Amino acid sequence: MITGNLNKTSKLNQYLGSIAYVIVVAAICYFFSDIIGYKVAALVLMVTVSLIAMFFDILPVLLAALLSALIWNFFFIPPKYTFHIDNAEDVLLFFMYFIIASVNATLTFKIRAVEKVAKKKEEKEKTLKLYNTLLNSLSHELRTPISTIVAATDNLQANNNKLSEQDKADLLTEISKASLRLNTQVENLLNMSRLESGVIQPKKDWCDINELIYDVVNRLKENLENRTVTISIENDIPLCKLDFGLIEQVLFNLILNANLYIEKKCVIGIKAKMVDNRLLLIVEDDGKGFEPEEIDNVFEKFYRSKNTSIGGTGLGLSIVKGFIEAHNGTIRLENIKSGGARFTIEIPVETNYINNLKNE
Amino acid sequence: MNNPEILIIDDEPQIRKLLQITLQSNDYKVTETSVAKEGLIMAANHPPDIILLDLGLPDENGHAVLKKLREWYSKPIIILSVQNNEEDIIKALDNGANDYLVKPFRTGELLARIRTALRSPVNDDESPVNIYNDLEIDLAARQVKKKNEPIKLTATEFTLLSLLAKNQGKVLTHQYLLKQVWGPSYINESQYLRVFIAQLRKKIEDDPNKPLHIITQSGVGYRFL
Repeated sequence: MITGNLNKTSKLNQYLGSIAYVIVVAAICYFFSDIIGYKVAALVLMVTVSLIAMFFDILPVLLAALLSALIWNFFFIPPKYTFHIDNAEDVLLFFMYFIIASVNATLTFKIRAVEKVAKKKEEKEKTLKLYNTLLNSLSHELRTPISTIVAATDNLQANNNKLSEQDKADLLTEISKASLRLNTQVENLLNMSRLESGVIQPKKDWCDINELIYDVVNRLKENLENRTVTISIENDIPLCKLDFGLIEQVLFNLILNANLYIEKKCVIGIKAKMVDNRLLLIVEDDGKGFEPEEIDNVFEKFYRSKNTSIGGTGLGLSIVKGFIEAHNGTIRLENIKSGGARFTIEIPVETNYINNLKNE
Repeated sequence: MNNPEILIIDDEPQIRKLLQITLQSNDYKVTETSVAKEGLIMAANHPPDIILLDLGLPDENGHAVLKKLREWYSKPIIILSVQNNEEDIIKALDNGANDYLVKPFRTGELLARIRTALRSPVNDDESPVNIYNDLEIDLAARQVKKKNEPIKLTATEFTLLSLLAKNQGKVLTHQYLLKQVWGPSYINESQYLRVFIAQLRKKIEDDPNKPLHIITQSGVGYRFL
């Protein structure tokens, strides 16, 4: 915080600030000089310089040290209103004051410099850690399907005669699954980098919410085989201005995610309705839900649920969040009391209620 | 049509190899090239029944190649693209491509698209009555029957349906449909298209939520099957 403000404070302001603080404190001391005496005034001025040293650069601080020394000499050390000092003790005091103030300023500045370096190092380590997490996750998620493909094709080439027809069919199925998985990962990475580089600009157009939701579900037909999916869309829901492709991807990721993590008998529910001028999209399930401490983290990049062996780059949900935010919308996750997880999306939308044009 | 001929213009040798094996094993005759220039000459010397064109060619922009082909070649062209970029796809469709596939695509999907493209009539003003599975469209009498039962359509609904049906298998962009059905000034009024597609589906599909005739092409347009 302080460094942040410091960077914005211009050099000139720091010099002016140093001068102002010293003068104000000196004036107050001067006002009470009869009570506190000139030696205490020196201590008060030194405290002021130390405090300035905590926030300002070295040169303005040295200026404050010099200025306060001169002011002390001129206004406080008898004889007052001259730079002349009568007794040897006061001369010594004056020089000691100046040296202590300067050393104080320099030391504080050095400590701050060291702190800065330490902080930078800490940030670097943090980035490195994130980078490592990314590399680990990625290399695992990309290499597993690649290994499957390489191993299966090697096997088919080398042992073609020894393999039964069933074995061959199994190997081919594995190759097919692995390549689709690889494709999903690459797709996620591409979407993430599109989001990160800020090139995602929603191309909003009128969307039929029924069409949107059913199109996603129909596209996921193969994945959702044997899965019960309930869809409930508010009657006469208006047309909404959205980027069809992006919102489709959002629902696609959420439904696919739910389908991966819940048991076979569990049900996925998709709901859509309008609340004021906001479109509410809900994807929920009656599975186990999320660990309470995970709920805040699931949208973070590369976050993966701890107690799961299911693959994923940990990008799916952060992409969802990114696409929703590109629509100025919000997404939140909660556990349902009766069991299961619920993702609620809210997007402010332009609507159009021309649902009946039958006369044309 | 016996053993239709397919010309592949794609610069990736692996893709060409795979396409060749797949298509030949499905009884298509395949010719191929990796460069646009050669592709244009091959198409002119011996016009194929269908062209598979990759948009990312090394020697010439795929859109330019498509335009040049469309100056004289009227048979189906299917675009192969590595990018799921809506604008790029819409541009290709507006330049006369019949259909597009984004790599990686499933072989089954490719074969289905090729079959549909080859089946679609290049010239359809011979017969006014066309049959699409359970649907019968009489262009002259402006009548539609589903499972032999007449369906009542409004004038706009009929215009939209017949336009889609005439271009069976071809992806028609939102803007093209708006322009053809409602007129050039309606090109950005996609709300009409959404409403009428929903209404048509309710009338002609068994389940309007799982359409078998009017297929949504996400962010691009619609295709009639």
